[in-house]
Amino acid sequence: MKSARLLVIGWFFQLKMLSRSSFNGILGILYPLFFATVAFLMYRAGSPNALLYASLGASVMGVWSAVSTSAGSAMQRERWQGTLELLVSAPAHFSLVMLPVTVAMSTIGLYSMAATLLWGWLLFGIDLHVAHPLLFCVSIVVTVVSIGVTGFLMAVAFVRYRTAWALGNLFEYPVWLVAGFLVPISLFPGWVRPISWLLAPTWGMNAIRESALGGTPLPDVGLCAAIGVGCLVLGIAVTGTVLRSARARATLALT
Amino acid sequence: MAAIEAHELRRTYRTSIGVFRRRTLEVEAVRGVSFEVPEGELFGLLGPNGAGKTTTIKMLITLLIPTAGSARVLGFDVVKDAREVRKRIGYVFGGERGLYERLSGLDNLRYFAELYAVPPRNQRPRIEELLELVGLRGREKERVEGYSRGMRQRLHIARGLLHDPPVVFLDEPTIGVDPVGARELRSTIASLTQAGKTVLLTTHYMFEADELCDRIAVINKGEIVAEGTPRNLKEIVADRTVIEIEAFGIDDTAVERLRSAPGVTSVSVEEREQAQVLLVQSAKGLELTQTLLGLLNGATIGRVVAREPTLEDAYVALVGEA
Repeated sequence: MKSARLLVIGWFFQLKMLSRSSFNGILGILYPLFFATVAFLMYRAGSPNALLYASLGASVMGVWSAVSTSAGSAMQRERWQGTLELLVSAPAHFSLVMLPVTVAMSTIGLYSMAATLLWGWLLFGIDLHVAHPLLFCVSIVVTVVSIGVTGFLMAVAFVRYRTAWALGNLFEYPVWLVAGFLVPISLFPGWVRPISWLLAPTWGMNAIRESALGGTPLPDVGLCAAIGVGCLVLGIAVTGTVLRSARARATLALT
Repeated sequence: MAAIEAHELRRTYRTSIGVFRRRTLEVEAVRGVSFEVPEGELFGLLGPNGAGKTTTIKMLITLLIPTAGSARVLGFDVVKDAREVRKRIGYVFGGERGLYERLSGLDNLRYFAELYAVPPRNQRPRIEELLELVGLRGREKERVEGYSRGMRQRLHIARGLLHDPPVVFLDEPTIGVDPVGARELRSTIASLTQAGKTVLLTTHYMFEADELCDRIAVINKGEIVAEGTPRNLKEIVADRTVIEIEAFGIDDTAVERLRSAPGVTSVSVEEREQAQVLLVQSAKGLELTQTLLGLLNGATIGRVVAREPTLEDAYVALVGEA
């Protein structure tokens, strides 16, 4: 109960902090415009379903970008603010402190997702017809939370490193491709596919498309949730080891 | 049982130099520090920059793992029982960092109250009590980015006390705070021991240590060079006299001339605006004023005063002569 409360309150305060950055606010407006334009230009010669396929992909790109770039910089931000040591020296388990940070980031990405779909509809007339509205909502929630949890694993793994923000950026574009946000995974060489299967965004993307375009999203929802849980368990498991290493190497106070 | 026990604590940092031929260097920041702080005592750790004060505190609050030695807080080992230690300690450091700038003071306290597991029903009254204690009542809803340095420091203290910890570590809490603000902070710190808390305080300010601490350890180059009550430490230099010479345009050669003068035990220089104040310690009973002024021949001399040694003089003697 205490842990659940800490997660919810942590998420609320992190969201409050993120929503107060005017710079992030401007990016939040510009990014969906960019993503929607890319999707439209790539698929404008296709059918309405192809346009919706691309538009949905572009919308999840926003969620992933918000989390991947911010997961690394979250640590950097805590270092610069001098709060990382306070978070580590708090009695709460560090995973309960970090998880709300990245889930708050993916929640901000949810706005980007909605804005991308809206931009696509307003500017390019991409029809937003959804075949299974309820499953569509479930798919979105599971995808957003799973991406947030993936970000948590990245953030925890990066605790020791001062240049973690660069590692976070490094993951942004490759995952756009291998998770099939804009281009079907079947177009990539066979060896890429196992990498895609290990990523929660791949299954989340499939689930959202299946529910919107009329398919069977539940297996994809299940796999997305399972990989998210896997990331969570792994993140919690490595937290102790990573923090001990950071305390031994005295890297917590470095900026 | 002592509230804080440190036994032969050591901490080595590894750093590397060079671009193409990188070499690893080991720096011994703390070299076998031992002390005990009984419950309810306000213990001061004094030392110059880089002496090892903050490293020692960070080992005690579980942020750094000692390279060797051991430490316990309220009987819990700082390495093996880190979580138990964290539940029972508060940590406050000086400076402007360590707060969420975009949140209000109140939101910062609410967030840390959750992290420190303050029961939900106690949070509101506890935060109100602490806002009153540190004098931030009425400003708590403003964003921290608009706070003055003194206000931030007071917010830090409130944050460190949220979970009512029995042991509080204060790492240079008054650094950079204006004199009035620092006086208020000192009064807050003094009230902590009155409330039964054990406090470990590091500071550069001798008058602060003299006013607040029950006992003091002086740390220099990673080792404790003296330990005792402020009175005990002052006795180290009780057999000395201090001559304060206000001068203008003194160079290092002149200071060296004073150091080598017969009867002089130590010389330190304080910069005060355009003037320099030379603090010359010598054995009691020696009349050195004229000799010293002769050695400063050519410099413009202001006020010259001979006085009894203070804690600061004891500190200078300990750190300067180590």
